[in-house]
Amino acid sequence: MTTASPGLPRPVILVEECKGCGRCVHACPKKVLHISDTVNGMGYRIAEYAGEGCVGCAICFYNCPEPFAIEVHKEGE
Amino acid sequence: MIIRSKGFYDEFERKGGRRRTTHYCAGCGHGIIQKLIAEAMVDLGIQDDTVFVSPVGCAAFCYYYLDCGHVAGPHGRAAAVASGLVRAIPDKVVIAYQGDGDLGAIGFNNAFQAANRGDGFAHFFVNNALYAMTGGQLAPTTLPGQKTTTSPYGRDVVNTGEPLKVCEVFNQLDRPVYIERVSVADSKRIKQARKAIRKALEIQKEGKGYAFVEILSPCPTNMRADSVGAAEFVTKEMEGYFPLGVFRDRSDAETACCMEVAPKTVEEIVDADYAGDVIADMPELRERRYKFSGFGGQGILSLGLVIADAASEMGRHVSWFPSYGPEQRGGSASCSVVVSGREIGSPTIDHPDVLVAMNQPSLERFLPTLRQGAVLIYESSVPLNVEVPEGVNVHPFPAARIASENGVAKAANTALLGCMVELGLLDMPEAEIAEALRRSFSAKPKLIDSNMAVFEAAKEYARKELS
Repeated sequence: MTTASPGLPRPVILVEECKGCGRCVHACPKKVLHISDTVNGMGYRIAEYAGEGCVGCAICFYNCPEPFAIEVHKEGE
Repeated sequence: MIIRSKGFYDEFERKGGRRRTTHYCAGCGHGIIQKLIAEAMVDLGIQDDTVFVSPVGCAAFCYYYLDCGHVAGPHGRAAAVASGLVRAIPDKVVIAYQGDGDLGAIGFNNAFQAANRGDGFAHFFVNNALYAMTGGQLAPTTLPGQKTTTSPYGRDVVNTGEPLKVCEVFNQLDRPVYIERVSVADSKRIKQARKAIRKALEIQKEGKGYAFVEILSPCPTNMRADSVGAAEFVTKEMEGYFPLGVFRDRSDAETACCMEVAPKTVEEIVDADYAGDVIADMPELRERRYKFSGFGGQGILSLGLVIADAASEMGRHVSWFPSYGPEQRGGSASCSVVVSGREIGSPTIDHPDVLVAMNQPSLERFLPTLRQGAVLIYESSVPLNVEVPEGVNVHPFPAARIASENGVAKAANTALLGCMVELGLLDMPEAEIAEALRRSFSAKPKLIDSNMAVFEAAKEYARKELS
């Protein structure tokens, strides 16, 4: 996993840990997440970040039931 | 900065699962709650001092996930295990984590009593209104009208009662320090749940007492919904019966509600000197099996105890095994005493060497169990109308009369002891028996002399009439 960042906050969704439950998608106040067509090894369609618009609030992280499926990377704090 | 989970093992060494995912269904509330607990544990610096008691139910595998100490409780018993832990390791933080079937049904009394004692642990109660692991059956917390696999037409409160409101029940008790009901249905509620969980653990860190946090949690699988629908059910339906909020917060009180228990070593509890004794075997000593039987109040159990005490003082292996029942209300009482030169296998006796029977039911019950060579002593005022097995030596003995004549009507048991000594049934010096008899009255010294008189009179009678 990389911590190299484009400088803006962003969610990092780990493909094999995500179960595609969609809680993060529903909870995200900026609506920058969606369930993608990507299917992981377990057969779940995983969540995906639109690529911009994240404010780093970490609401997706706290709504996610999996310990390792989602991280929120923020610069300079 | 990276916001990520803290307090979990790097890999979950669970059979058949992925190394970095839990076994929970997609959208399950357990993962959210455990993330909050793990995070609080790390942030408060108590991770290495925490013991987590996992329940039976979907959360049974917590010990694969949270990086702290663990004990897995039997079904319903997480609170009881936690109660034990706070006594055994009072300086550690103990967490009990239970679902609503585990805590609300089978384990309710354990949880309730722990709360009533104010045992110092954090008690997390995950309420999803049904039994999840076993397939969505009706739980004590199931809502009226809610369909489950065992309430297919909806919960009928006439038949199955109302949803059990555990916070409200516990709030009637004096000892709990903190009681709150929260939810993990959405972001706002998760934020409050996070505060409540941290609070419960802070109370443990400061040793202030019992903290109870009920967490309403979605179960998409058994609520027959997707993660969003299940969360909506929690908010729209469950909160109607289980309102969120702080029921009690006494965490600022000066005095801790938690009991102060000084830990003791095994030696301190059992008396180190005694525990060190080893009873030497005396293989030449024949094992003797005595059965004493009568009605409650005749001193049957005490008679057995005097003999057991004497044998014990002589360093023999002894067991004294009372049979309780309704005897305290006047029913039959009996006890079995085994004296042996070797370690005793079983304290129960199927075929006594000596039967001392003080009433009719005792004769009826135990006389048929005697075998050839066994001895029966019975109160001679009781008619012997039970067939005596072949080869049994029978001694009718007027224990009650001898006791009365010597001024202690209740000392029939002492008279029987004297009879046994005179007949040579005890295989111990008389002085040892007499000493044990005196010891048995150490709390009532006035009775010693009169009982010794009964003892002597009984010996004399036995010498003249029985031998």
